[in-house]
Amino acid sequence: MDMNEIKEIFFQECEEQLAELESGLLRLNDGDTDPETVNAVFRAVHSIKGGAGAFGLDDLVSFAHVFETTLDCVRSNKLEASQDLLKVMLRSADVLADLTAASRDGGTVESSRTSGLVAELEAYAKGQPLPASAAAPVAVAPESVKTEAPAPVAEAPEPTDDSGFQPVPFSFDALDGEDELAIDGGRSVFTVRFKPRSDLYAKGNEAVLILRELAKLGDLQVRCETDDLPSLDMLDPEGAYFSWLIRVETESDEEAVRQVFEFVEWDSTVEITAGADEEAFSAPAASGEDQPMAAVPFDLSLLEDEPPVSAEAAAPAAPAPAAGEPALAPANMPLAAKAIAEAEKKETVVPAVPAAPQTIRVDLDRVDRLINLVGELVINQAMLAQSVVENESGGSSAVNLGLEELQQLTREIQDSVMAIRAQPVKPVFQRMGRIVREIADMTGKQVRLVTEGENTEVDKTVIDKIAEPLTHMIRNAVDHGLERPEKRTELGKNAEGVLRLSAKHRSGRIVIEIADDGAGINRERVKAKAIENGLIAPDANLSDEDIDNLIFHPGFSTADKISDISGRGVGMDVVKRSIQALGGRISITSKPGKGSIFTMSLPLTLAVLDGMVVTVANQTLVVPLTAIVETLQPEKADIHSFGPSQRLIAIRDTFCPLVDVGHILNFRSDLANPIDGVALLVESEGGGQRALMVDAIQGQRQVVIKSLEANYTNVPGIAAATILGDGRVALILDVDAVVTASRGQPLSPDMMLAATG
Amino acid sequence: MRISGNDMLELIAFTLGDQEFCVEVMSVREIRSWTPATILPHSPDYVRGVINLRGVVLPVMDLSQRLGMAPAEPTQGHVIIVTQIGTQIVGLLVDAVSDILAVPASDVHPAPDLSKTMDRNLIRGMLPMDDRMICFIQLNALTVSIEREAA
Repeated sequence: MDMNEIKEIFFQECEEQLAELESGLLRLNDGDTDPETVNAVFRAVHSIKGGAGAFGLDDLVSFAHVFETTLDCVRSNKLEASQDLLKVMLRSADVLADLTAASRDGGTVESSRTSGLVAELEAYAKGQPLPASAAAPVAVAPESVKTEAPAPVAEAPEPTDDSGFQPVPFSFDALDGEDELAIDGGRSVFTVRFKPRSDLYAKGNEAVLILRELAKLGDLQVRCETDDLPSLDMLDPEGAYFSWLIRVETESDEEAVRQVFEFVEWDSTVEITAGADEEAFSAPAASGEDQPMAAVPFDLSLLEDEPPVSAEAAAPAAPAPAAGEPALAPANMPLAAKAIAEAEKKETVVPAVPAAPQTIRVDLDRVDRLINLVGELVINQAMLAQSVVENESGGSSAVNLGLEELQQLTREIQDSVMAIRAQPVKPVFQRMGRIVREIADMTGKQVRLVTEGENTEVDKTVIDKIAEPLTHMIRNAVDHGLERPEKRTELGKNAEGVLRLSAKHRSGRIVIEIADDGAGINRERVKAKAIENGLIAPDANLSDEDIDNLIFHPGFSTADKISDISGRGVGMDVVKRSIQALGGRISITSKPGKGSIFTMSLPLTLAVLDGMVVTVANQTLVVPLTAIVETLQPEKADIHSFGPSQRLIAIRDTFCPLVDVGHILNFRSDLANPIDGVALLVESEGGGQRALMVDAIQGQRQVVIKSLEANYTNVPGIAAATILGDGRVALILDVDAVVTASRGQPLSPDMMLAATG
Repeated sequence: MRISGNDMLELIAFTLGDQEFCVEVMSVREIRSWTPATILPHSPDYVRGVINLRGVVLPVMDLSQRLGMAPAEPTQGHVIIVTQIGTQIVGLLVDAVSDILAVPASDVHPAPDLSKTMDRNLIRGMLPMDDRMICFIQLNALTVSIEREAA
């Protein structure tokens, strides 16, 4: 594994940490006061800083360091996580994400953005939050600090760096004037209780290194507590039994002391109290510091150079205690080894930390290959089943039983493989949080994003593809949906608008809703605009729903002026198209003054679909089941000619245009007689319902989607291909394209039609 | 069998009606017998449709029609030459495979500028073989127009 690979892993982990960071901050923003949440946020920034330091990414390190310092104040309850602070922190999280991206892909982040936030963060850390406007000028001051900041990560922490972050002004001098200060006195005494857990050693840290580091701060008095040390046969070679009581006399502040333990604090218990705990030191003074041999001869000898349990694996650890115990009779050695071996076994059985669910990173190509193979398996199984049915009338029960089992197994394998690709929508939802913040900033609106069901899982390809339409809809909702704060207050609403983004599973599809509590669709304006653009006739009589759906029409934008955010010629029609391309649907419900809800319904996977197999002009086609509302057998009385070539079918009280699929697809030149066929009532987006005429229905089945584009090219009216049980290729109908083709004319006459119907 | 580097061409020759054609052996993935294809709507006439080649959806082109000659009337005797053209796999419907040849590249003569019906871009050259004449097909040119015509 070369350096680049390691770096790539670091960036992948960064992404996870950033997500963790943002979700944590958002939880805090929603009033979560759980200290664990603060810790999680802190950990995320800390890990990024640590990794970045290892790769020498100085920009990242210095920003993360400042961020971390402020977070630490919150963590230690020195600073209250106010709304204002959280806003700054959320923005910092965004910048941190940008810095990470810049480190990975090259490029830079505007230094004004970072320095402004650095100033604000530091101001908070000092307990003197800056007014937002004052942030910029102060930004210059902390420059000196920033340049120093990378040091603590790149090397072991040094007391000097930390002084840069002290609240007291003179501390800046301490950057290089430590020694003089010491002469001035002002030395304070801290008592530190340090109890490492076995994890600390497992991660390659050593207590003695920490102590040496601490010694650099000032004078130490160290006492090792050995009370927990079990007898040798009980000893777990990978366990941690020692704790240290340390008296530090130093000119640095508590923060500096704390910083020494920075990299081990998750794996140990560290208690730092100001002042000397003389009592604790006095009692067992005899066995205290500097006299390790006095009380318990066989372990303390190790203190100077080795922690009691080696940081390496268990095997090298075994000889270590033995070497330190010359008094131990050789005869006892095998026994000791046995005890160690046993303890080792115990260690593996009972892990010290509750294990997180285990995951592995797998190349997506491998999963895709597996999915393809399973697709073949499904097709093959269907072919086998069909040939058995054909060749063996009745068939032996053993064969049939085996086939049934095979079918079940294939189905199960398919489901499991699909589940590998299934991912929660969380990452996409989290990205939306940032988009909302940016747009809210740009438009001067106050917006709170509430997400629900972010653990809803859906196929990775779907996730990758919904981000863009979702972003667009979120932008639209903030830019057009929500009112300005003043207006909202005027209307008696909370000045802060609420945007609700939710995901849930519903009948084999994922449904994503974006609901705002804004003004709702201004139907008068939409209608006026549509008339102005010639989309509808001026006297068209449209239902509210029809008007709402007009916003999905190409080239429609209600924003009076083209804003920076939306309205760059990319409208809701693009959103709709990209969602349809995924086999999804989008709809809108809007209440004036109450807000709008956009609902997207998407298939859970793009690899298989449930379809209705039909015959059209001797060809077998598959119609996606999700598009079909109902099927019906047309009666002669229901069919009405309309215009030169159109035909309508009466369904209950409405008339629905009849579309001859065979004719549209050029399978036959003349129109088929509807009475000989079957009509599939399909729902098309925005254009109302259509009755698709097919010759016969063969049945329903799940089909594996095969691309036509891979070896051929896009075929109009056809979404993809599949392979049926007889081994032949069948085409999957692109219902929306067929409906659009059947229209073959501008929307306006259709709208009239819908209105009369 | 490859004799020496660039100078030798290895070819598969096949018949369309009473004419002989050939393509480079290296672009041929396999040869299989004809199976009825699923018709693709809105496609050029010479695209016979798609067949299932072990799970891959393979478009099949009637090469005779593609070259401007009479469309084939496929029977069990017809074969599909499965070729790799760029990143795509395309099946060519031909009457029968007739020969496997290894000829020096210098034997390829430029195609005469005669035909109005046959697209000259599709022909890399002519190969005289004893008393036969074999037309060397330019595979890359075959699929170019599909996208244009379909669009």
